[in-house]
Amino acid sequence: MSDAAALSNSHDDHGHGHGHIDHTATSTGIENKKLIMWLFLASDCMFFGTLISTHLIYRKVYPDGPVDPTVVFNIPLTSFSTFILLMSSFLMALAVSAMHKGELKSFRNNVLGVVFFGIIFLTCQVFEFTEFVYGKHDADGNLVWEGFTLSTGTFGSTFFVLTGTHGTHVAIGVLWLIGLYFYSFTGRMEHDIHGSAMDVEVAGLYWHFVDIVWIVIFTAIYLVEFINFT
Amino acid sequence: MSTATTDTLPHSPDHGLVAEKSALGLTRPDHSKSFWVDWLTTVDHKKIGIMYGAAALFFFVVGGIEALIIRAQLAVPENDLISAQLYNQLFTMHGTTMIFLAVMPLSAAFFNYLVPLQIGARDVAFPRLNSFSLWTFMAGAIVLNASWFFQVMQYMGSEAFNLKSGTVTLTDIVPAVGWFGYAPLSSELYSGIGGDFWIISLQILGVASIAASLNFIVTIINMRAPGMKMMRMPVFTWMTLVTAFLIILAFPAITIALAELMFDRNFGTNFFRVSQGGQPILWQHLFWVFGHPEVYILILPAMGIVSEILPTFSRKPLFGYPIVIFSGAVIGFLGFAVWSHHMFTTGLGKIATAAFSLLTMAIAVPTGVKIFNWIGTLWGGRIKLTAPMIFALGFVWMFMMGGFSGIMHSSAPADAQQQDSYFVVAHFHYVLIGGSVLALIGGIYFWLPKVYGKMWTGALSNWVAGTIVVGLNITFFPMHFLGLLGMPRRTHTYLAVNEWGAMNMVCTIGAFILAMGILLFLIDIYLCVTKGKPAGNDPWDGRTLEWAISSPPKHYNFAAVPKIPARDCWFAHKYGSAKQKIGWQKEDHGIHMPSQSWWPLFASCGFLILGIAFPIKHAGVPYMGWLAILGLTILVFGIIMWSLEGPGGYHLHPEEEDGEDSKPAPTGSGAPVSEEVHR
Repeated sequence: MSDAAALSNSHDDHGHGHGHIDHTATSTGIENKKLIMWLFLASDCMFFGTLISTHLIYRKVYPDGPVDPTVVFNIPLTSFSTFILLMSSFLMALAVSAMHKGELKSFRNNVLGVVFFGIIFLTCQVFEFTEFVYGKHDADGNLVWEGFTLSTGTFGSTFFVLTGTHGTHVAIGVLWLIGLYFYSFTGRMEHDIHGSAMDVEVAGLYWHFVDIVWIVIFTAIYLVEFINFT
Repeated sequence: MSTATTDTLPHSPDHGLVAEKSALGLTRPDHSKSFWVDWLTTVDHKKIGIMYGAAALFFFVVGGIEALIIRAQLAVPENDLISAQLYNQLFTMHGTTMIFLAVMPLSAAFFNYLVPLQIGARDVAFPRLNSFSLWTFMAGAIVLNASWFFQVMQYMGSEAFNLKSGTVTLTDIVPAVGWFGYAPLSSELYSGIGGDFWIISLQILGVASIAASLNFIVTIINMRAPGMKMMRMPVFTWMTLVTAFLIILAFPAITIALAELMFDRNFGTNFFRVSQGGQPILWQHLFWVFGHPEVYILILPAMGIVSEILPTFSRKPLFGYPIVIFSGAVIGFLGFAVWSHHMFTTGLGKIATAAFSLLTMAIAVPTGVKIFNWIGTLWGGRIKLTAPMIFALGFVWMFMMGGFSGIMHSSAPADAQQQDSYFVVAHFHYVLIGGSVLALIGGIYFWLPKVYGKMWTGALSNWVAGTIVVGLNITFFPMHFLGLLGMPRRTHTYLAVNEWGAMNMVCTIGAFILAMGILLFLIDIYLCVTKGKPAGNDPWDGRTLEWAISSPPKHYNFAAVPKIPARDCWFAHKYGSAKQKIGWQKEDHGIHMPSQSWWPLFASCGFLILGIAFPIKHAGVPYMGWLAILGLTILVFGIIMWSLEGPGGYHLHPEEEDGEDSKPAPTGSGAPVSEEVHR
């Protein structure tokens, strides 16, 4: 496909084909797929905004609930998983860049890295949730603090539903990227580097967004609890 | 002066083509001769729009019948025509049906049909996503109304569908929580599985609305014909854009609120469980953060339609086009800042109440600007009182009536008296029927000749308009007085000593007159499609691009790409200088048409299965959890296959041309040459 064709080949669902020149350029020059992803992310902001507000409102209404966040939150663990998620965004950027250059091998390596890091993040979250539900025991098996579930006050409800929704977003992203990884072996990506790069870039936008949301959650839900206002 | 000719080429010129294979190796359902395959797999925005419209009119009638039963119950004091429980179910289903299954999809029908035509596009940006939105809407609509089916089966003691086999005592199978579903009344303690039907169907409808809106924003921003600058777009397209933004930003709030309620009901969380510290006021905030933008979602498309009809029949450009658009955007923006005026009596505090009161009054400013601009459009115009024009004029007057009582509500102390009374019922029916519905019916009168290619017979339209406007005023005007006399909303019945009987009887009579008007309207549609004369391309001497092409439009919309030189481009083309002619650019490669697909329909079926399995699982019917998981699997599998099959497409080479340049197509010239392309 020629460069000119690649440039004008932006009429997404109307397809981009083998050697076929799609003449319909978009009015703004922004590809449709990219624009719809940005709009979806705007919508997704409102989803997370609602969940985060719910959590913060109940934290303000019940500052001394059944759960003391400064005791149960495992900041070293969460910092580690936050760092991993941040680094996955770095690999995602590399994967997008590789696909733009048509370097499929580099794309595959980087995408596998993102998937790997995403799974580490999810594992940390599963570990964290398990600890939260069963509570913490010291070496002698004595209970240090009691666990909490979805049904523990409002804190359990808002915390698990918010972080669970975020975890679901990460899991969907991981599955999406695994899909793209296997798709890269079908031989269809080479035929349409520009279109494939757009597909990867859209997945990347989603991944970065989920990452940024986590930064907000880590700050507003975890770290803020440790500020001593008195 | 309609110079373009109706051409005589067959509507589906590509019969006899062999459908290509998709990337999955499956045959795409293109060029199917089967009616069902063609419509079920269609990605044509016009067919999707027609299906939205047909479904919306159907549910409009369903919601109307529910309203008539409500009015029959209230006609006389101490009536026991229906039980209080059924009454609750009826007003819940009436509100939910009218908002989500009638007015919103009817607006969506106009979005789908008109927006690509008005901006000179071949289709929406994502044709298969559009098809998915339609079928997901249908799934949500069926799930909500499936509750009636299960309730009737229960009542008849059916063995196969008797939900009593479960562990839960079933009270309300049909939702009875009100369209607002206030917690904690919508918690499992106080409402039966109807609450689950209500939650899951609204979630599914939300998916459909958000997907469609994302699609329309991209279409309007990105798919405009050359020269169709933003400030040359028809006002209807502009209002579609504003509405779509409202939908993608407002629906998440209710989606999360519904998810929280669903978790409370099914998974033991405490979001709204008072005994565990949950605060029901949170539900009100989340609901109205969605709910207030929602009322602008219902009215802005109607304002767009009226802004198209008034200039056409005044033969003047819309007065103050930029300020009308700006006002629409301001209404949309302020719509997010006034939700607490639904909650003045909840004790928000003086500062919050005053702020929301002021912001609510501020909304009257852009609305008033629009009304004055419409009047300015009429001023000095050569007014033709056609059927669409009568409805548009009715809209301006009736909507203003609703607007006046709206301003009364914006004053918090006054609202404290009117809250939850029939005064409020009167107010929002004036803006919804007198506003949205009148404009939408006017829109049908305006555009059906384009959609169907036939002109109205003219025998009934004045009767339709007269009966509807008279009926609506007889029904809802006395409700102002009833409300001020203290009659509460959602009351199953009332005592004779209250002396509300006479006015309620008037309201009920009015409701049946209104229903007569709707019936006459449906008969008029029937007369139009059976007895109407061919409409021609431009029966109203229209102003916008959709009137430049044949009626009904070809499935590829435009034979050549229009180059737009001006606002109101078709009017400028007809009457303007040589510089203002629309330039038609033929494409060398032919017209690229998107391929049809089964997968959006398949994925939406997953929503249907999930939506029905989920509530009856809560009733304790065995294996329903697995059925819900199966539904989810079908949804995910459908989306994966959809993305793997590739968009596909084929090329058409139509021989006829659009607009004034068109020559009568030679009969029997056969189908346009068509070729298959790629994948």
